[in-house]
Amino acid sequence: MNLHEYQGKALFARYGLPVPARAVVQTAEQVPAALAEVAGDRWIIKAQAHTGGRGKAGGVRLVDDQAAAIAYVKQLLAQPLVTYQSGPAGKPVNEVLIEPPLAIARELYLGVVIDRSRSRVVVMASTEGGVEIEKVAAQTPEKILKTIVDPRVGLQPYQCRELAFSLGLSGKQVSVFSQLLLGLGQLFIAEDLALVEINPLAVSESGELLCLDAKVNIDDNALYRHSDLLALRDLRQEDPREVEANQWQLNYIALDGNIGCMVNGAGLAMATMDLIKLVGGEPANFLDVGGTATKERVAEAFKIILSDDQVRGILVNIFGGIVRCDLIAEGIIAAVEEVGVTLPVVVRLEGTNAERGRQLLEPSGLQIQAVAGLSQAAKAIVAAVGGVT
Amino acid sequence: MSILVNKSTRVICQGFTGKQGTFHSEQAIAYGSQLVGGVTPGKGGQRHLDRPVFDTVRDAVAETAADATMIYVPAAFCKDAILEAVAAGLRLIVCITEGIPTLDMLLVNEVVHDAGVTLIGPNCPGVITPGECKIGIMPAAIHRPGRIGIVSRSGTLTYEAVKQTSDAGLGQSTCVGIGGDPLPGTNFIDCLGWFEADDQTEAIVMVGEIGGTAEEEAADFIRTHVSKPVVAYIAGVTAPAGKRMGHAGAIIAAGQGTAEEKYLALEAAGVATVRSPAAMAERLLEVL
Repeated sequence: MNLHEYQGKALFARYGLPVPARAVVQTAEQVPAALAEVAGDRWIIKAQAHTGGRGKAGGVRLVDDQAAAIAYVKQLLAQPLVTYQSGPAGKPVNEVLIEPPLAIARELYLGVVIDRSRSRVVVMASTEGGVEIEKVAAQTPEKILKTIVDPRVGLQPYQCRELAFSLGLSGKQVSVFSQLLLGLGQLFIAEDLALVEINPLAVSESGELLCLDAKVNIDDNALYRHSDLLALRDLRQEDPREVEANQWQLNYIALDGNIGCMVNGAGLAMATMDLIKLVGGEPANFLDVGGTATKERVAEAFKIILSDDQVRGILVNIFGGIVRCDLIAEGIIAAVEEVGVTLPVVVRLEGTNAERGRQLLEPSGLQIQAVAGLSQAAKAIVAAVGGVT
Repeated sequence: MSILVNKSTRVICQGFTGKQGTFHSEQAIAYGSQLVGGVTPGKGGQRHLDRPVFDTVRDAVAETAADATMIYVPAAFCKDAILEAVAAGLRLIVCITEGIPTLDMLLVNEVVHDAGVTLIGPNCPGVITPGECKIGIMPAAIHRPGRIGIVSRSGTLTYEAVKQTSDAGLGQSTCVGIGGDPLPGTNFIDCLGWFEADDQTEAIVMVGEIGGTAEEEAADFIRTHVSKPVVAYIAGVTAPAGKRMGHAGAIIAAGQGTAEEKYLALEAAGVATVRSPAAMAERLLEVL
């Protein structure tokens, strides 16, 4: 789960990290009070949306009078923000963050991640802040400094000092940076983060350190023990179909093609998408119905797949393990009838009682084609939606 | 020989009297696994499925001489359950549960590693040596004793590989589902090493997916340590970046962990890759 920048900064502040003064508005009417609260005569105005590249896409601006601030906030709230990372539909902007500007001397990068191959929390820092860190990592990997956290003792002050000196900090900055990073390390563990990035971590002309951005991603599996963070979830930033699917414990992710997929198991669901592509079709979605493909869940899955008007046909691929295929077939028939599916449906059933399941599907009078093999099923649905694209 | 489990493996179940634990314990017993008892705190002294129930794993091990456990407790209690199994001296821990916080697994892996214990999973279908011992949720009927070792990050794709190798008359030595989490207890490399050393295993099927670099590390290991033929399939060629594809670990993050990178690494290491999940057994027959 992602936090907005303003939520991330509030979390930072709780752990003693230096963040700018700030105010958040949801309407243009709230702007004058917000400007007064932040004080000064120039302000940075930042669209709040779960996407990177906000600055380049026109979602961040320096304004120097109230009228300009109101006009710009109105403009931001009026339409989704489309960035190179957001997808063509963009992300809605429902909140706008207002902060004082800062005279910046240097922009650093600071992040904490989980290194999967080491099974360790790793701190990453770079003198190349303010730009895409992926680019820095790809082009000049030597400019990414790393320190590995020993889970038995946690992040230590000496590790923070080493990074501080390597980043070219000096004097009081070293202890300020160390405090900041120790706080960030505590935050990462205590709040079960999957990723946190401060980019940029600014060094002002007067030598102060300040977190100018906050990218916070929380481990979804740990949300059950962080109800305060869960309350910050902004469903408006997520695909409504993915949210709907979630409520039925279905894993759905929209793609660009025209063949809807309903599969049990995440790996097989990905493999089904890949196979459709391999035989010349385009998958419309990833959908894992999970281990228990009951009639209710299959019906909901059909509804979600059909809510995408690009879909021209549906491939159901079920490897019935513990769940018997004849029961799954009954569920599919009931769901197709209930939902009123009129598009071609190809069903591949494998596993326990697969033959009986296929026999049930064939004479159902619906547009259901039961196919035995995985490849054959993919070819059948590609043919049914009008052949290779 | 097979790896990890065989007909003399003595298994207990943690979360024995719960719905999942009960169902899959019944299945394991029906398959012929030596399920010697189970643990549910507070129900010690009772009997369940004609087996003794214990309050603690330590009691269960003392009374039954168990050497392996399968864990079906809810995610919030898995860290505790795994650590209890380690403390009780079990050598093999299979954790089926999905949804364990990553930082819990980070600490658990540390303890498991220091104790020299093998943890399979979490978020996995388990381990089966066909005809001998089934610890997990996989459908028993598709397995046949045989020559192929299977290791996979995905449950249902493991079943695909099993079905294909059974239909092709090859059968399986042992099948290991290492699970779809970012920090699994056991990785491809561990299983590849065990299969390489196992007499019964003549070739290996490895099923990977997007996210992380476990397949790339496996490719390096295969180049230097594995002489047996390896067939690999990687799921998620069409997966969009930045989206978690069902499994907690299946995500292309910061441009890393794409299926294409994994295929390239494996092919460079001489692995026989397949682009279709339907072609695993076919490719095996070519390389055997």
